[in-house]
Amino acid sequence: MKHIPAVHAEGLVKSFGDFRAVDGVDLHVDQGEIFGVLGPNGAGKTTMLKMLATLLPIDGGRGEIFGVDVRRDPHRTRQLLGVTGQYASVDENLTANENLWLFGRLQGVSSRTSRATAAQLLEQFGLQEAANKPISQFSGGMRRRLDLAASLITRPPLIFLDEPTTGLDPRTRGQMWDTIRDLVAGGCTVLLTTQYLDEADQLADRIAVIDRGRKVAEGTPDELKASVGNSTLRLRLTDAADQQVAAEVVRRLLGEDPVLSPESGRMNVALDAADRAADVLISLRQAGIGITSVSVDAPTLDEVFLALTGHDTGDGADQSADKQLEVAR
Amino acid sequence: MTMQLTQPAPVAAPPRRLTADDIAGRTTSHNSLRQTISQTMSMAWRATKKMRRNPEQFFDVTIQPLLFTAMFAYLLGGGLSGSVEAYLPLVIPGILAQTALTACMATGVQLREDMEKGVFDRFKSLPMARIAPLAGPMIADLLRYAIASTLTFFTGIMMGYRPGGGAAGVVMAIVLTMIAGWSLAWVFTWVGTLARSAQSVQGISMMIMFPLTFMSNALVPVETLPGWLAAFVKVNPVSYIVTATRDLANDGQITGHVGWALVACAAVIAIFAPLSVNSYKRHL
Repeated sequence: MKHIPAVHAEGLVKSFGDFRAVDGVDLHVDQGEIFGVLGPNGAGKTTMLKMLATLLPIDGGRGEIFGVDVRRDPHRTRQLLGVTGQYASVDENLTANENLWLFGRLQGVSSRTSRATAAQLLEQFGLQEAANKPISQFSGGMRRRLDLAASLITRPPLIFLDEPTTGLDPRTRGQMWDTIRDLVAGGCTVLLTTQYLDEADQLADRIAVIDRGRKVAEGTPDELKASVGNSTLRLRLTDAADQQVAAEVVRRLLGEDPVLSPESGRMNVALDAADRAADVLISLRQAGIGITSVSVDAPTLDEVFLALTGHDTGDGADQSADKQLEVAR
Repeated sequence: MTMQLTQPAPVAAPPRRLTADDIAGRTTSHNSLRQTISQTMSMAWRATKKMRRNPEQFFDVTIQPLLFTAMFAYLLGGGLSGSVEAYLPLVIPGILAQTALTACMATGVQLREDMEKGVFDRFKSLPMARIAPLAGPMIADLLRYAIASTLTFFTGIMMGYRPGGGAAGVVMAIVLTMIAGWSLAWVFTWVGTLARSAQSVQGISMMIMFPLTFMSNALVPVETLPGWLAAFVKVNPVSYIVTATRDLANDGQITGHVGWALVACAAVIAIFAPLSVNSYKRHL
């Protein structure tokens, strides 16, 4: 039998007054995958998720969750997904245990099963010692985990995670990633939003890049990064006046223009492989150009953005620069 | 020949993919009445936990009955009825309604504060009846009305009030006050779902509460009022409730006024409960 996609959206639109927060986004998430929605603050990621979770009315287009029309049948939609928001949505007045029990009861789980599932989830998320403590004593990471646990009490087949690790320290972040992978191993489908390229890279099977309410690219993490080069060589020249000469050297070597910031003598070179950095450095030495600092980094979200949209993650550049770069699936 | 030592990796069964039939099987099109009641009671449980952990929520229903009863009785008793003792049978049921109304005003403010918290996003995302988050806390508030009305009677009795209806009459008056509080709380719940902030709920509720309580027969006999005011006082649901409470507490009789008071309560619910649920839904 043919199975249905977990999420299918066509031309989703949300306007707040004149401002189009989400402007015609298509989305297709298959069952069992982790789908990442990547974009800067204010790109419309959360708004999109809220529409699909029945938390905001859909202004245009349509969305389906496992074939159920979100607008026509919100009650059924709500039974199929768990939502974990950007800010922990648990009750501050209750303990961890009471929170989970309540969310179970509100969804028709019997009191006994609710208690058992709560205990099980608290153990799974390493919260059993804090089970009866007030939430106000929880750390950010603990809250986030409890929040995720609260979404899982009825074991929904689809989980929405809105920036699950924003504001977490690296160790807690890694734990959260493991938890998300476990979910999918258990048969869950995950739709997550993130501002971090490395998070999308680590977790997602496929990524959609969202900018100003529009989808500007979609593909696997590798496809996406290949469009910007796999790493970036950052250089600072001893003499900013050498910049044009240095740029010419790089162009001849790699066939591509580096990104220059003239006033500081900085130069960024996109590389398809990190070991090309050595070639660039040797050529510069041969051309007699001095370098004060050098580093090789993975491309940042900013660079992906710059490559995909022609402007950086802040505002500034004009909208017409948007390049519709659809990476083939 | 050596044996093959490596065991074939256990083949993990790929997680089953859901079909349209699975989806239809694991979802329902709406909440049944039983589910709605169970969800409402769960929300009521949450509200009682909250009350127990924030005891300052009981300030209004403990202090106000003591303060208002003493204040109004001593202030107005001599002028209106000749003596404080003579005024008590008139004013105690009046203050009963007044404190119930103040107590249910807090319901709207609390709801608004609650709705701004992150946890309400989760409530909204759950397949839960939309009336449950509204009606649940109101059921927990019955406790507050019970405390307020009991303390009002207690203060009155300490000041020399002897309810003619006896214990049974007093208990019936308290029950009626709780019913009235629960019904009128829908008005403030509606305001709570409409207003932009808890402060504005407070402000709007005050504007509703003051005319409703003072432009009623709670503190003064209707006969002393000018015609236009008497006309409003006579249709004010609070007047019905006050009259009915007087009948119960002072005479121990279930009169037609009690029936009308219940009709007034039902009318308030019939109007404001659907308004509240609709407005709450639109907030999504």
